[in-house]
Amino acid sequence: MGITSKREKIAQAVFHLVFIGICLTVIIPFLLVFMSSITEENELIRNGYRFWPGKFSFAAYEYIFRSSTALVRAYGISLLITVVGTILGLSIVTLYAYPLSRPEFKGKNLFTFIAFFTMLFNGGLVSSYLTWTRLLNVKNSIAALIFPFLLMNAFNVILMKNYFKANIPSELIEAARIDGAGEFGIFFRIVLPLSTPILATVGLFVAISYWNDWMNGLYFITKRTDLFSLQNYLNRMLTDIQFLNSSANKVSSYTQGVKMPATSIKMALAVVGVVPIMVLYPFFQRYFVKGITIGAVKG
Amino acid sequence: MNIRKKHRIVQWPYFLMLAPGLVYLIINNYIPMFGVIIAFKDIDFSKGILKSDWVGFRNFKFLFKTSDAFIITRNTLLYNVTFIILGTIVGVTIAILLNELLSTRMRKTYQTVLLLPQLISMVIVAYIVYAFLNTESGFINNTLLNAAGKEPVYWYSEKKYWPFILTFVNLWKGMGYSCIVYLASIMGIDQSMYESAKIDGAGRMRQIWSITLPLLKPTIITMILMSVGRIFYSDFGLFYQVTMNSGALYEYTSTIDTYVYRALLQMNDLSMSSAAALYQSAVGFVLIVAVNAIVRKVDSENALF
Repeated sequence: MGITSKREKIAQAVFHLVFIGICLTVIIPFLLVFMSSITEENELIRNGYRFWPGKFSFAAYEYIFRSSTALVRAYGISLLITVVGTILGLSIVTLYAYPLSRPEFKGKNLFTFIAFFTMLFNGGLVSSYLTWTRLLNVKNSIAALIFPFLLMNAFNVILMKNYFKANIPSELIEAARIDGAGEFGIFFRIVLPLSTPILATVGLFVAISYWNDWMNGLYFITKRTDLFSLQNYLNRMLTDIQFLNSSANKVSSYTQGVKMPATSIKMALAVVGVVPIMVLYPFFQRYFVKGITIGAVKG
Repeated sequence: MNIRKKHRIVQWPYFLMLAPGLVYLIINNYIPMFGVIIAFKDIDFSKGILKSDWVGFRNFKFLFKTSDAFIITRNTLLYNVTFIILGTIVGVTIAILLNELLSTRMRKTYQTVLLLPQLISMVIVAYIVYAFLNTESGFINNTLLNAAGKEPVYWYSEKKYWPFILTFVNLWKGMGYSCIVYLASIMGIDQSMYESAKIDGAGRMRQIWSITLPLLKPTIITMILMSVGRIFYSDFGLFYQVTMNSGALYEYTSTIDTYVYRALLQMNDLSMSSAAALYQSAVGFVLIVAVNAIVRKVDSENALF
């Protein structure tokens, strides 16, 4: 590239300044939430949420974790639905996509269309809701958080089908057949090991959609608040902080005599909600970026 | 021939592999598609959905007689148009700027930060917005407006501010995603074009204007058309969570999706909700098919079908 000219150096400095500005608009909101969560309650009541606490306090976190077990349970539910949903969803999607990628499969056009058509037309919330509640009766059960809407989508099927088509050489499959391998053996022993990048990418997308989902809980978990996922729990707490001490949650003796730091608790809850994603983000961001790139342009 | 016979490809394993996904698509997608008939019925659960009386277009007549039908259509369309225009401008601009950075490491770092909001749920976004806007302890009322000597604003009951707030939140959450898409497309441009442009004495702006943007055009058009195909759908989380479902804001914040949700689950009004839901699905279907026909003309490689 040669030596960067002085003019170019100035231009680069300007670009970096612009990006630092944009990145600050992303980070500052998170910072406000975090800083407020470790600010002493009375100060918050007096001055509102701020970026720099006059007096630090971790009372909000202490209260959340000592007053009730509900938050820990909600974490557990979120973890459970994310793990089960991702394994189940990824399996179903992969098994559906693979035959569509095989030219020798006679039903490939029909079944591709069946998946694809769901991207064009959908019955909408009302009939989906009635199907899941009246026909399958998932209301107020853990199944409601796993099965409706999230398990499989046509977009991931097509992403995967394209990957198989482009990356699994037909000669390899034919050679395996000549060696006497069955179709399932070929799929599990040859195709899957060659497909780890797409499995990671699609798996990540499915996992994030489960972890972040609050809609299924909103639609289907109306009575059994003990089945709330983390997102539903947070959703409820934003408007009703007293829910923390409601009868649905096993309240410990800690709450007696301790005044609830309601203002800081709200921010502490948000922090507790984003921490898992923030901690894992550096590890999976590569796959996340890759997924967006292959998915968006070549749908 | 013996060998041929031995290696004839059996089809049943493929059908077996498809089966679980097929069952799921039938339950999750196809039964609800036929379920849209409820919009033409007067549902009485004691009779069952299939045996309930047909009422023709009565539910739709009721829906379109209310002012709600106009408001939710207007809001859905106007918000989407705003999001598409601003989202494209911001996404393309950031992508071009990222591409101009010489340091790959910093480019990756910025990209990582920009994507962060994309990853968090709307519930968390609602908390963040609440930290700024809530009346008693929000940052804006207590610090900014206070310092400026202004009266506090009741953000969650003053609807006039929300078109701006929601647009800002939408851009904030979505800019990382769209800039990555555009950046990937820019990176695919043949570098030798820039080299020869430089030899011909073209400056940075000239290169962006005459090479990057024209070559980015197909991606931009495709991305815009895809969004136009979904213009009848809104981000339920944005309009429900971020506004904290505040009734005082409905006139400016309710969209078809929030309306269907409220009608179905908060008011238990099956006739209105099913009519609105089918209205959305039907218009949405026409739009996506129409848009795809256009994409195929403009840039057949990126057409959906």
